[in-house]
Amino acid sequence: MLTERLLSIFRKENDPVSNGAQLAASLSTGSHSASATRSLAASRKFNRKEALTRQSRGLEQFFFNIRDVVGLSVLDCAGASQDNIDFLINLGHKVYSQDLVRNLDEAFGLDLTEQTNPSRIEYFLKQNFQYPPETLDGVLLWDALQFMSPALLNATVERLYEVMRPKSYLLAFFTATERVRDVPSNSFRIVDHKTIALTERGIRPAGQVFNNRNLEKLFGKFESVKFFLTRENLREVIVRR
Amino acid sequence: MSSTPYRTPEPDSRNAATVGKSVRIVGQIFTKEDLYVDGDVEGTIESLENKVTIGPNGRVQASIRARDVIILGQVQGNVETSDKVDIRKDAKLVGDITTSRISIEDGALFKGSIDIKKPEPKVAAPTPVAVVARPAEPYSAAASGAAALSTAAINR
Repeated sequence: MLTERLLSIFRKENDPVSNGAQLAASLSTGSHSASATRSLAASRKFNRKEALTRQSRGLEQFFFNIRDVVGLSVLDCAGASQDNIDFLINLGHKVYSQDLVRNLDEAFGLDLTEQTNPSRIEYFLKQNFQYPPETLDGVLLWDALQFMSPALLNATVERLYEVMRPKSYLLAFFTATERVRDVPSNSFRIVDHKTIALTERGIRPAGQVFNNRNLEKLFGKFESVKFFLTRENLREVIVRR
Repeated sequence: MSSTPYRTPEPDSRNAATVGKSVRIVGQIFTKEDLYVDGDVEGTIESLENKVTIGPNGRVQASIRARDVIILGQVQGNVETSDKVDIRKDAKLVGDITTSRISIEDGALFKGSIDIKKPEPKVAAPTPVAVVARPAEPYSAAASGAAALSTAAINR
C-alpha cells in the first residue's frame, strides 16, 4: 500500500504541476520512511512555487535595531506584498515598495554585460532610488544586490548611502557559495519579526563572488557590517549607515 | 471548514458613471457618484465621497482622490483615499498612496510609497443637553460653621 503511494509520488515528481503540499498530505496518512522523506525533499526542490518558511537572524536584527520607533520610512524591495506592507504598517512605518529584481530585468535583461553601461546604470538608479538625500530609515534589499555586476552594484550601494539616513540599516542577502554562478532568486514575505517565507522565482546568474572581504569592501563607506550565515548557504548582511 | 479560497468580489460598473474602453479624456474629472474608468484618462480624478474603479483596460495618468479606489488596470499618479485602496492582481500602480486601508493582491505591481493615515473621527451633530433644574441645596451646617469659624478667626 505504502509502496504504491510512493510510486505515485515519484510519478508526480515528474509532473510540473505536482504539489509538495499534496504530497505531504498523502504521506501524512501513512508511516514515514527514509525514502518518503527523500521524495518529499526532492519534491520541495522541484516545486519552485512552494514557499519555504525559515527564521532569519538578519531580519530579526533589522527589526531589533529599529524597535520602539514609529513613523520611519522603510523601503521594501521585494515587490508589493500584502504581508510585508501589513507588517511594516502595523509597526507604524511609512512603506516604500518596489520590485528591484524585476526592475533589473526591465532595465538590463538577464545579460550581466548590459549592466556596465553607465547611462543605463544612471537610468536604473533614477528609476529605483530617486529619493531626496537621507530619506530612508531602513532598506530591505533581500537578495537583489547579488544579481548585479560590480559596476552596477557599486553605483547602487553609493546611491543607497546617499538616500539613507545616518544610523539607518539595510538588510541584504548574498549567496555564500563561492563557486556557484547561477543562484536561485526568491520572493520574500515577512511572516513575523524573525521569520520569512521564501518562494523561488527562478535561477539567475550571480553578479560576482561575494565573500566577507568583498562585502566589507563594498560597504566600506558605511559605519558597520554584520554577517549571519544561514543553513541555506546565505550570508544575511546588516549594514549600518 | 470550506477550502474554497476567498475571492474578492468583482467591481461592478453598473450604477456608476463610466468612461468606456474607447474613450480618452484629458483634463479634470469631478463626480458625485461612483466612477468606472475603462478607458484613458490624463489629468485628475476626484470623487471624494464615492468609489473610483480603474477597469482592466483602464490606463490612467492622473492623481486620484476618492473615498475608495479599486485598480485593475494601470495607474501612474498619486492615489489618495479616505477609506481604502484595493490593487488587484495584474494591476499596475506607479505613484504614492495615502489611505486608511490598503489591499494588494499577489501579482499586482506597485512602485511608490504607502502612507497610512488614521480615519478622521466623524463629527457627530451636537445633541441638545437636557438641563435638569436642580433643587436648591440644603443649608449645610458644617459649611456654615466652617465659614463662621474662619470669619471669627479673621475678626480676632
